[in-house]
Amino acid sequence: MLGDNSMILGHRLSELCGHGPSLETDIALTNISLDLFGQVRHYFQYAAKIKGAETTEDNIAFLRLPNEYKNTLLVEQPNTDLAYVIARQFFYDVYHLLLLDQLINSTDKQIAAIATKSIKEVKYHTRFSSQWVKRLGDGTAESHEKMQTAIDYLYPYTADLFKETPLEVSLKEAGIGADLTKIKESWLTQVKSVLEEATITFPENPYGHVGGKEGVHSEHLGYILSDLQYMQRAYPNMTW
Amino acid sequence: MQDLEKDFQDRIDRGEVIEPRDWMPEKYRKTHIRQISQHAHSEIVGMLPEGNWLTRTPTLRRKVALLAKVQDEAGHGLYLYSAAETLGISRDELFEQLNAGKAKYSSIFNYPTLSWADIGIIGWLVDGAAIINQVMLTRTSYGPYARAMVKICKEESFHQRQGFEIMMTLCNGTAVQKQMAQDSLNRWWWPSLMMFGPPDAESTHTEQSMKWKIKLKTNDELRQQMVDVTVEQAKVLGLTMPDPDIKWNEERGHYDFGEIDWEEFWQVVKGYGPCNKERLAARNKAWDEGAWVREAAVAYAEKQAAKRTQAIAV
Repeated sequence: MLGDNSMILGHRLSELCGHGPSLETDIALTNISLDLFGQVRHYFQYAAKIKGAETTEDNIAFLRLPNEYKNTLLVEQPNTDLAYVIARQFFYDVYHLLLLDQLINSTDKQIAAIATKSIKEVKYHTRFSSQWVKRLGDGTAESHEKMQTAIDYLYPYTADLFKETPLEVSLKEAGIGADLTKIKESWLTQVKSVLEEATITFPENPYGHVGGKEGVHSEHLGYILSDLQYMQRAYPNMTW
Repeated sequence: MQDLEKDFQDRIDRGEVIEPRDWMPEKYRKTHIRQISQHAHSEIVGMLPEGNWLTRTPTLRRKVALLAKVQDEAGHGLYLYSAAETLGISRDELFEQLNAGKAKYSSIFNYPTLSWADIGIIGWLVDGAAIINQVMLTRTSYGPYARAMVKICKEESFHQRQGFEIMMTLCNGTAVQKQMAQDSLNRWWWPSLMMFGPPDAESTHTEQSMKWKIKLKTNDELRQQMVDVTVEQAKVLGLTMPDPDIKWNEERGHYDFGEIDWEEFWQVVKGYGPCNKERLAARNKAWDEGAWVREAAVAYAEKQAAKRTQAIAV
């Protein structure tokens, strides 16, 4: 779940590389993608070790079936325009930072170590995306409208971040995973505060989309996987 | 005026470095703007063929390496545009020249990346050719350009090793992988030789550029260096050079090689290569669709500055 979120979001960002609105944003977004894939490798190498036998980080990354990917619906949403990219990043970063802040105390030492390393990177991501929400929200009339549209569009997908799955409940009880109820409260406070500064109206839509963490995705994931898995599926069992 | 030009040439002949505030002939300035910006544009356009494979890398390790490489290229573009700005032109103007199709960039990036092996080939041959050219440029007479080159060369040689390693893995792999590598070499070999520009006899800029130490070796000398190095590396990989005329010439101490199809070269330079239209369209799209974002960033910065001034006034 942790690794899949980082991987799918990192994948979305990698699609933008070379197509950004300025060299600086291009570099920054690629850098975030790189951080996320670095985290993916830590999580998947650990998962491969637990699974044992001949499992590798690449089997986990590239050779699962679509419903075996447990990322949230939010991170697979497309790069409609930069406002969507920033809104998706911002919603996720605030959540990700709060999550890691709990995981650094996980009873699973390896998870705690990965969280401790990742949290520094995610602090930077959160600063970057919050800044851009403000810049676009409180920039020109056009950028304000685009930012508001993106926030309104993506907000319902954030419900998936906080819907506890049975697996998350058991991990929480074992002291390995995080308490999502606590995260949700802080998340709302922080998101509202940045949006207010950005002159963006907080979306009042009470309905949300859920299912990603249990493998029920939006239509977008299929296309992401056909790119992501292409080489491993077209040329199986080779060393690259 | 004559004296200034003579003094300038004397400084160059003594091997002195020219800095932005120094007097320089207008043509020297213009030539540098042209060359540095072409180089910067090549970095930026060069992100596209490789970016084409970012979402489809075969492993996570390759993903991270390729992301880092493409990001380095954006960084190179950034220093080079800054070096060009020291000569009195803005990055926005340079972008506009590129987008309008008025500025050139390395023609090699007008070829498509059709397989994963092409990512290896770009590192091995294209970055290899770039290094041969750029190592020379670390000693070029214009200070900001020479210094940018030192940093860029370090990263490029890392990229080249990475590319060679991708090729090595393919060549040590299955028959399908080795075929993928050979096919890629067949397609990229000649275009990468063309990267050094037209033959000396037809190169319009070479003579003056050598006098000003903008260039220290001719196109043909650099091209020969590329052939000599690559033939040996291809042997290590076990790949066949797609040129039956390649053979060692004892007398010259170099490899002889076949005739380059200069018609193809000029066709691509003039905008009719396989991907010229796509590359320019991608740059224009990024620039046009980014306009509202750049405007928002400026508007926001102005609002913030106004707030600070107001706070101070109170």
